Amino acid sequence: MPLQGNLRDFTATQLLNLMNLSRRTGTLFIHEGVPTGEKDAMDKEKMAPGEERARVVFKDGKLVQATLAGQKGDLVAVLGKAGKLNDQQARIIRERAKGASDKALAMRLIGANYVTQKDIVVSIQQYTLDTVYELMSWREGPFRFDESAQPDKARILVPIDLENVIVEGARRIENDEILRDSIPNLDMALKFPENPKEKFKGIHLSVEAWRVVSYVNPKNTIRQIAKANNMSELEIRRVVYGLQQAGLVDIVKPLTEEKPGAPTGGKTGKGGKTGKPRQPGPSKDVVTRLIDRIKSI
Amino acid sequence: MQTVKMVITGPFSSGKTEFIRAISEIDVVTTDREISSVAEREEKEQTTVAMDFGRITVDDDLVLYLFGTPGQRRFDFMWEILAEGMLGFIVMVDSAKPETFREAKSILETFRAYAPTPYVVAANKQDHPDAWQPDDMRIALRIEPEVKLLPCVAKERDSVRDVLLELLYTILEEME
Ligand SMILES: Nc1nc2c(ncn2[C@@H]2O[C@H](COP(=O)(O)OP(=O)(O)OP(=O)(O)O)[C@@H](O)[C@H]2O)c(=O)[nH]1
Ligand SMILES: [Mg+2]
Repeated sequence: MPLQGNLRDFTATQLLNLMNLSRRTGTLFIHEGVPTGEKDAMDKEKMAPGEERARVVFKDGKLVQATLAGQKGDLVAVLGKAGKLNDQQARIIRERAKGASDKALAMRLIGANYVTQKDIVVSIQQYTLDTVYELMSWREGPFRFDESAQPDKARILVPIDLENVIVEGARRIENDEILRDSIPNLDMALKFPENPKEKFKGIHLSVEAWRVVSYVNPKNTIRQIAKANNMSELEIRRVVYGLQQAGLVDIVKPLTEEKPGAPTGGKTGKGGKTGKPRQPGPSKDVVTRLIDRIKSI
Repeated sequence: MQTVKMVITGPFSSGKTEFIRAISEIDVVTTDREISSVAEREEKEQTTVAMDFGRITVDDDLVLYLFGTPGQRRFDFMWEILAEGMLGFIVMVDSAKPETFREAKSILETFRAYAPTPYVVAANKQDHPDAWQPDDMRIALRIEPEVKLLPCVAKERDSVRDVLLELLYTILEEME
């Protein structure tokens, strides 16, 4: 069951969305791209996976671990990064711990009043999130998802809901190329998907995102929503991208109230959805006969 | 005599010609040309330039025509002409070429804008070792739950028949 490709065709945000919706368990490996000299189906340079850049572990669609290549990612490193241990303490603890699992080490550190249990949980969560936010800005790199690769048993796993990560990660995207590609047209509108209540359960949105959500309605274009909230194009794109990738809103054509007698064709005048009336199609009888014929093949 | 038409579309090399060839009762009339650019030649020898054309006769007064669109963008002026009056359409996607998913979605949206006819998406080349699973493709391509996304192997007639049938069932449902 291969799930592989290149980040340039998907973006990490889309992949996280896929992991979330399909409730995946396994490890996503992201590699350096090594040019092969061949072309892919879209006529771009085909990239072979080179050195590993990062691995992200999922359990039942939740994020449980993320490490960049070259990082230790163990409890001592995590607490060091969170400022709970200084370098010297970290070194001493590492020397003494010698191969103890993170869980055993955590018990000892809590027992010795170095840190609290909450410190540990929060630090691990933050470490994972920082790593994922970083790789969400990557635009290139072969990836592969391996269902048989399980999380490192020695580590403490703190599951994180991906919807929040997707929304927050999108808000941090600096590169507005990704945003422009995904939301080229600000004259589109937003609507809620089916069962929005279900989807919004347990989601922590920024104030900015809530403001946008309060205007979601097929009659309001994204541009109008931005104006109403005093947001720049970049800001509104960030928020909408996050909401959309997390499956909280869909981008749709704006509903316009048609004035009687006004022409209905699209901008190009080429017909399309609002253009020509639908031709009277063939009858049900014709379709049934077609079905019988195809069945007999 | 009545004729009805269905269109098979999708990105370059997704298997449109193969699909029609598998089920048409006449040799598919393709306007395939040898491929000129080097990159595309590695993939295969022939590409469809104007269209493919296949036929399934139902009885004395009903015939189904299958039209395959050219996959390469530079021939997309043909698309709207082919879409005219279609009963429904099938979007073929090469499941083993995730770099084409974005293009497939864009073609799907283009056809949807031509006419509000029913359609299905075929996750083709499911026999390929690198093929993505249809469920994952649905998420990656952002296909709504009410649209059928069907596993397909265009080289196999039974598989092609099933996809065509599903499209016809969808057409029938929308009439009801
Ligand atoms: N393994 C496998 N190969 C397939 C399948 N369908 C098509 N192919 C192969 O994929 C290549 C492209 O198929 P075509 O039918 O020419 O594709 P097309 O969509 O008509 O291509 P263009 O007309 O160039 O856009 C050919 O080598 C086919 O034999 C399939 O289901 N499985
Ligand atoms: Mg062809």
